[in-house]
Amino acid sequence: MNKATKKILVDPLHVQNPITLQVLGICSALAVTTKVETALVMSAALTFVLVLSNVSISLLRNKIPGSVRIIAQLSIIASLVVVADQLLQAFLFDVAKEISVFVTLIITNCIVMGRAEAFAMQNPPGKSALDGLSNSLGYSWVLIAVGLFRELLGSGKILGYTVLESSTEGGWYVSNGLMVLSPSAFFLIGLIIWVQRALSPEMNEES
Amino acid sequence: MAPLRRLLDKVAPLFEEGGKWEKLYPLYEAADSFLYTPGKKTDGAVHVRDGMDIKRLMVTVVIALLPCTIWAMINTGWQQMVADTAHAEAVSLGLKSSWMTALGLGAWAFLPVYAVTIAVGGMLEGVFATVRKHEINEGFLVTSLLFPLTLPPDIPLWMVGVGIAFGVVIGKEVFGGTGMNVLNPALTGRIFLFFAYPSYLSGSVWRILPAEGAVDGMTGATALGDLVGHGDVSQLGYSWADYFYGLVPGSMGETSVLCCLLGAAFLIFTKVGSWRIMLSSVLGMVGMTLLLNALSGSGSTPAIQGYLAMGPEWHFVLGSFAFGTVFMATDPVSAAQTDTGRWIYGALIGALTPLVRVINPAYPEGVMLAIIFMNVFAPTIDYYVVKSNIKRREVRLGVQ
Repeated sequence: MNKATKKILVDPLHVQNPITLQVLGICSALAVTTKVETALVMSAALTFVLVLSNVSISLLRNKIPGSVRIIAQLSIIASLVVVADQLLQAFLFDVAKEISVFVTLIITNCIVMGRAEAFAMQNPPGKSALDGLSNSLGYSWVLIAVGLFRELLGSGKILGYTVLESSTEGGWYVSNGLMVLSPSAFFLIGLIIWVQRALSPEMNEES
Repeated sequence: MAPLRRLLDKVAPLFEEGGKWEKLYPLYEAADSFLYTPGKKTDGAVHVRDGMDIKRLMVTVVIALLPCTIWAMINTGWQQMVADTAHAEAVSLGLKSSWMTALGLGAWAFLPVYAVTIAVGGMLEGVFATVRKHEINEGFLVTSLLFPLTLPPDIPLWMVGVGIAFGVVIGKEVFGGTGMNVLNPALTGRIFLFFAYPSYLSGSVWRILPAEGAVDGMTGATALGDLVGHGDVSQLGYSWADYFYGLVPGSMGETSVLCCLLGAAFLIFTKVGSWRIMLSSVLGMVGMTLLLNALSGSGSTPAIQGYLAMGPEWHFVLGSFAFGTVFMATDPVSAAQTDTGRWIYGALIGALTPLVRVINPAYPEGVMLAIIFMNVFAPTIDYYVVKSNIKRREVRLGVQ
C-alpha cells in the first residue's frame, strides 16, 4: 500500500475525523446515539450512501458542468438516500421507525456533500470509494462509541442486553438520566475530542 | 505553629526544582499557601499590589457562607428529629433548647457529603494542577462548600462524588481552570445531578430517612413541587416566616433566607459580591412576578391561576432564589464583568426564575437553570456593553 492510499484510508479515522475534527454530521451523532443499535444502523446507512455517492460522482466528475455541480451531486445523493431508507423500512422496520427521519436527513449530512465536493470531484472512482469508506468508518466509530457509553450509562444495557442491572429492575445500578438526553452526546463527543487532541497535538489549531 | 512551619520548610527541597517529588510541587504549594502567607515577592517592574488576592477573595466568600452552613446542619438535623419519633421529647422542647442535638444530627448528614466533595474534587484539582504545572487554586474552597449546600441531605455519597467530578472537570478544567470557566462549577455539578438522577434531586421532602420509627407519610413534594399541583400557599403547611428563617425541608444550605441575607450583607460590605447583581436580580424577579400576577386570570385551571397569582414575597423566600442570587449569581468569574452588564445579567436571572417555576411544571425550581443560562450569556452582554460604550465615546469625539 503506498503512502497516499494509506493516508486516504487512515486519516479520516483519527486526525481528519469527520465528526471530531471537521465537526460535520453532529446532528445525527446527537440524535441516533441513545442506543448502540440505532447508531449501528445509522452508520451502515451512511456508509452505503457515502461510498456509492462518492463512486457515482467520481465516475461522472468529467461530465458534470461546474455551474450546476451541487444540484447534480445532490440528486445523486438524494436518490441513494431514498434507496437506503426504503431498504431499512423493508428489512429493519422497527429500527427504521425510530431513525427514519435521520436517515432521510443524510441528504443534508455535510460529510456526504463534503466528500463529494472535496474528493470525488477530483479523484478516480477507486480512490473515491476508499475515501468514502474510510470517512464512513471515521463517522461510525465515533457514533458507536458515543452510543455505547450512552446506552451503558443511561440504561445499563448494551444492544439491549443487560450489563449493569438497573435499580428499577432490582439491581444496583442507578441509571444516569442525562445520558438519555441529547446534551450528553455533546459532552461525550467533547471528551473524545479532548482525548484525541491530547494524543495527537498536531490536531490543535494554531493559537 | 512553629513546628508546622519547620516541617514545611524541611520538606520544601523535596518539591522544589531538582527535588525528588518536583512534579508534585503544586500539592506542596497548596498546603503551604493555605496555612501561611506566601513569602514570594514580585520580581521585575514595580506595579501596584493589593492585599486582595484570590485566596483572600475566596476565604471572604467562605466566611459569608458560614451562617448558611451552620444553619444547614441545624435545620437538617431538626427536620430529621421532627420526622423521627425517637426525638419526640426533644422536639417538644423546641429548637431553642435542643438545637445542639439538631446540630449533631445535621452534621452527621452534612459532613460526609462535604468530605466526599473535598476528597473527589480536591484530588481532581490536584491532578490537573500537577499535569498542567500550575498551582492549585483557592477557588475550589468556595466550590467545595457551595456544592454540598445545594444538595439534599439524603443524597447517596457516590452521587456527590460523580457530581463534583463533573462540575470540576466539565464546568471548570476543560475551559482552562479557575478564572477561565464560563459556568459556575458548583452549579454545573448540581445541574448534572439534577438531570442525571432527577428522582434524587427533586420531588420528595428530604430527610435523612429511613430513621427509627419515622412516619411513613413524610415523603411528599417540596414546596415548589407542591405549588405546581395546587397553587395555594396556605396549603404548604409552613408560614412565610418559616420559609424566611428556614426551618423547612429543602436542600441543605438554601432553606434560610435570613442566613443568605447575612451572607449578602458581608459580601457587599467587603465588596466581594456585586450588589448590582443581587439588587437587579431581586428587581427582575419582582417585575416578572407582578407580570405573572397580572396574567393570572389566563391560567387554565385554578391551580395554575393560584400559582400565577402568588406574590413576589413568596417567590423570594421559597426554593433557592436567595441562595442562588447571593452566592451563585455573583460568582466573579462566571458573572458579567461590566457594571451595566451586571444590571442586565442580574435582572434576567431574576426574571427567568419565576418564569421557569410557574410556567414550566417539569422544573419546579428555576433559579439554578436561570443562573447557568445567564452564565452562558454573560460574555455576550459584556461584549455589547463595551461596544456601546466605545460607540458613545466615538460619537462624543466626533469620530463617527
